[in-house]
Amino acid sequence: MNIPMIEMQVARYSPEHDTQPYLQRFEVPVKPEWVILDGLNYIKDKLDGTLTFRWSCRMGICGSCGYMVNNEPKLGCATFLSQYLPGPIKIEPLRNFPVVRDLVVEISDFLEKLKRVKPWLIHENGNGAGEYLQTPSQLEEFRQHSMCINCLLCYAACPISGLDPVFIGPAALALAQRYNKDSRDEGAEERMAILSHPEGIWGCTFVGECTKVCPKHVDPAGAIQQYKLAAAIEGVKQFLMPWGQRQEER
Amino acid sequence: MVNKETEPIFWTLFSAGGVVAALFLPAQLLLFGIAVPLGWVHVPAQAGMLALLQSPITRIYLLIVCSLPLFHFAHRFRYTLYDGLQIKHLNEMVFAGCYGVAVVGTLLAAYLVVTV
Amino acid sequence: MSRAGQAPAPIRPMPAPQQETAPTYTEFHPRWYRPPISTYWWLDKSAYVKFILRELSSVAVAWTVALLLVQIRAISRGGDAYTRFLHRMSSPWMIAINIIAFAFLLLHSITWFNLAPKAMAVRVRGIRVPGLLISGPQYVAWIAITAIIFAIVLTR
Repeated sequence: MNIPMIEMQVARYSPEHDTQPYLQRFEVPVKPEWVILDGLNYIKDKLDGTLTFRWSCRMGICGSCGYMVNNEPKLGCATFLSQYLPGPIKIEPLRNFPVVRDLVVEISDFLEKLKRVKPWLIHENGNGAGEYLQTPSQLEEFRQHSMCINCLLCYAACPISGLDPVFIGPAALALAQRYNKDSRDEGAEERMAILSHPEGIWGCTFVGECTKVCPKHVDPAGAIQQYKLAAAIEGVKQFLMPWGQRQEER
Repeated sequence: MVNKETEPIFWTLFSAGGVVAALFLPAQLLLFGIAVPLGWVHVPAQAGMLALLQSPITRIYLLIVCSLPLFHFAHRFRYTLYDGLQIKHLNEMVFAGCYGVAVVGTLLAAYLVVTV
Repeated sequence: MSRAGQAPAPIRPMPAPQQETAPTYTEFHPRWYRPPISTYWWLDKSAYVKFILRELSSVAVAWTVALLLVQIRAISRGGDAYTRFLHRMSSPWMIAINIIAFAFLLLHSITWFNLAPKAMAVRVRGIRVPGLLISGPQYVAWIAITAIIFAIVLTR
């Protein structure tokens, strides 16, 4: 049985030895059902045990295995090796993030931004006041945005995230929208101060790449544009009639 | 000048300008920029055009069509300079330049439209 | 075919990593590598190129407005100015520039109408209105307005 081989060029970077990443080449067999992750694990098991990369569930729900595959952000567990035959495949760490080692990137900046947009239900009577009632159509309003697995492929695809490190970014903004649109949530006003900001939605120029690369079809670009409309109306109202209730400045 | 209070205003102007530019400007450019010079249509007489310009509806139309798209341009070009050329450190200058063009253009349009 | 334990010799198309005098450590952890972003980042992907072209269409918008202002001035100043204006518009360079500008205006209009549905999540009775129903009417309005403008101007 003839198993085709493919050349995987994997970015290596070890801060102890290197000042910048370089590509290391490996020959990997391509079984029909193998994905990038299988290839990387083959390399780590049999060819070079020092290769370092994140992965976990291998079924597209944990969001750990995001890499740049031939300059496109993809999930390692959801991308088949066979579609890149005859190769080569270039695997690099996610763009727009600092590289810790090999394919591992530092995401603490994203986690801080995520926390900043308050991605939780803000409700006056929350915590043990009984059940929230929600109809299926109310659920449908925000369900798409709730599918986010924080894989950060959208940040790798978004040029603004790279050019402007303070930009909150597609996933965090989409998740904020997920809660804004949730009928159980009452925190829209609180979030507006953080989102309606040059670092927030106004930094987005609707490139649209984030929506294209999202493996869960969250449509962050759509979420952001819809929020721009709402925030613009609110902003114009505040500008023209500032004698209304002022939001708390945070 | 660019802060969270003013950004919604600029974005609204950008949006309005974008709609106006998308709907009206192609026709204007096609007419006098391409169709008339290439002889596809006959040249409208100056007298007739002047009469058209002097109608109040035309004046308002022209004021809107000349002003809002310039604000659309200002907002978009400002961001293109930030992202494309990465010259954020020239923030204030870029802002003044882009919106300066929009304001000057609007004033010019108002002057022309009133003194036609 | 497994080569037990042996890694192939690394091939390094980038400059060979230099050995620093000491490992690059900051106070508590090794130094992260932050890739620089080149001024030509937008040439990396066709999607980025299309994005930048779309943004540059705003220059064509400003150009058209400038022409419009010049035209208004020419018409209001009398027959001679108007003739000179028409003459300048007929120069081959002007026509070439205007054709390019027109192409950019088309790019602006088409991308604008196609992106509008994404900014508005309109739901009628719980079902999301398909994008075409939002962008379609805008195209129709566009054609209608163009026809009206032509009709009004060409009947002077």
